[in-house]
Amino acid sequence: MLTVIQVALTGLLTGFAYALIAAGLNFIYGIMGLINFSHGASLMLSMYFAYWAWALFGIDPIFMIPINALLLAVIGVGIYKGGARRVINSSFLSQAVLTFGIASLFVSGAQFLWETNFRLVDAQILEGGITVGPFEFGLPHLGASVVCALAFGILYWFINKTEMGRVIQAVSEDRQAAALMGIDTERVFTLGWAIGLACVGVAGAVVTTFFPVFPTVGDRFVLYSFVAVVLGGFGSVSGAFIGGLVVGIIENVAGVFVLPAMKMAIVYALFFITLLVRPMGLFGRY
Amino acid sequence: MPQTDSTVRTRPISLPRLLKGKNLGVVLAILFFAAYPLVITSPFYVQIIIRVFVYAIAAQAWNIIGGYAGQVSLCQAVFFGMGAFTSAYLMVHYDIIPWIGLIAGAILSMVLAVIIGFPTFRLVGRYFAIATMGLGEIAQIIVLNTSLLGGAVGIWLPVLPDSFKYMQFHKSKLPYYYIAFVIAIATYAAVAWLEKSKIGYYLRAIKADQQAAESLGIDSRKYKLIAFMISAAITGIIGGFYANYVLVVDPFSVLPRSFSSMLLLMSVIGGVGTLWGPLYGAAIVMPLTELTRGFLGAGGRGLDVMIYAILIIIIILFEPQGIQGVIKRVKVRLAR
Repeated sequence: MLTVIQVALTGLLTGFAYALIAAGLNFIYGIMGLINFSHGASLMLSMYFAYWAWALFGIDPIFMIPINALLLAVIGVGIYKGGARRVINSSFLSQAVLTFGIASLFVSGAQFLWETNFRLVDAQILEGGITVGPFEFGLPHLGASVVCALAFGILYWFINKTEMGRVIQAVSEDRQAAALMGIDTERVFTLGWAIGLACVGVAGAVVTTFFPVFPTVGDRFVLYSFVAVVLGGFGSVSGAFIGGLVVGIIENVAGVFVLPAMKMAIVYALFFITLLVRPMGLFGRY
Repeated sequence: MPQTDSTVRTRPISLPRLLKGKNLGVVLAILFFAAYPLVITSPFYVQIIIRVFVYAIAAQAWNIIGGYAGQVSLCQAVFFGMGAFTSAYLMVHYDIIPWIGLIAGAILSMVLAVIIGFPTFRLVGRYFAIATMGLGEIAQIIVLNTSLLGGAVGIWLPVLPDSFKYMQFHKSKLPYYYIAFVIAIATYAAVAWLEKSKIGYYLRAIKADQQAAESLGIDSRKYKLIAFMISAAITGIIGGFYANYVLVVDPFSVLPRSFSSMLLLMSVIGGVGTLWGPLYGAAIVMPLTELTRGFLGAGGRGLDVMIYAILIIIIILFEPQGIQGVIKRVKVRLAR
């Protein structure tokens, strides 16, 4: 029993990372109705940035958090201005194809530049573990989850308590009405991509502290963040966050009861069932 | 484009008609592909076109449900794998000849399509897509962990002496080529018929506006399921062929998500929802990636994928109708 709780808590920690990534994904979807299939590939890039900063310059991933956020925000704006802008009003297929293409480009580019070896950051400021009662937690893991929670807190505050946040909510609710009220939707979309990918930047930097980096690492995280978004509900950033936590817990707990290799199947099964039974998730709007 | 009465052909097939306009193109293409391996005898180049056929067929199968019916399916790999594993398993464990194995694979794929489609077709477009995406993942994981199907190693078909009965040809790739060629012709003929048939129109109506179609009395779920079943059967058949061609079936080669997404991308590059789109897409992407890999990337450095990723991005941004769209534009330009 104790093992299950320990495992669940460890899963919860990883869940914070899934949650932040999912929040970013949902942020973009909520604003412009575009499912960003390149979200995972962007995460992979941010992980590589953090890794290389550490490997080449000795910069601890912790310091890369703000830098990554900035870099990925720039990439996000680039993706938007470079192409996503044109498919916002197109069919789902066009959006899917574009973002799949971007994802392939990032992944193959990473393979080309950095090969497929697994890279691991193994000497950092936050090291070792901490014991709380009968439970043990890795310090990097704990630090990562704290940062993700903080980042989400900032995101939540931004969306709900600031003027710009309300503007963004308006555009999410009804793009045309918002435009009629004088809101520059183009700017909001750009901001949406910037923030959505900044989340990925932060998540990437912290995940690098406990997870290896390789070109296809994004796949795993993005699929889990899709599950999180579906669980929490499309259109709800907080829902996505909670969904991410749930995914983290379930992934780990499932690993106790079934073959660890099958735990991903359990998560996807949950995903599938949610889609069938309650496609709007827990808090979703669509 | 739609003729007067789509279900009754009043004009017989005749030589003059065969040589007209686009029919001529089809005839020439068939002659070209029929003669190709007799002229270009190098196994490498023959093998590329065999792969083109495999993908052209699978992409066209996707096109039925994704292009015509507008339901973006990302689980086609599941049907491909079903066909491949069925044929391989029956062969290895029960000594059932591949020709029957292919049919068995097709039938099982159709059953799977109904099982998958029944609950998921009530989901709207994008939810259907990601639901199938999840299913594809689940399928790969389950097969990876099923020792009956060989786990990660998969099923290895026995290498037998050349025989038509067991679909094994080692002295030359030609028989494989022509088998795939015949399957391709059958598939494209079937879709050409489907396009002009009642089902075809219903599917296009569903794609354009499902609610409007339903209000006109079209049972959208039934026709989506039919399209899905046809798509799954074709994919299952070519999966079975693939198993007997490469003689190794494992979850990494026949069930990856990259296979499913590639079918989609090829169809879009060529022209989604058109008869020849998938062929154009496969005919461009497959040789592109094989040649790039053959001449530039022995290190598996992903250059081939990069080129085709750039291609897909350019196409979707500038000509979402794909190559078929470009052709149309050129025709319009020439007609002025």
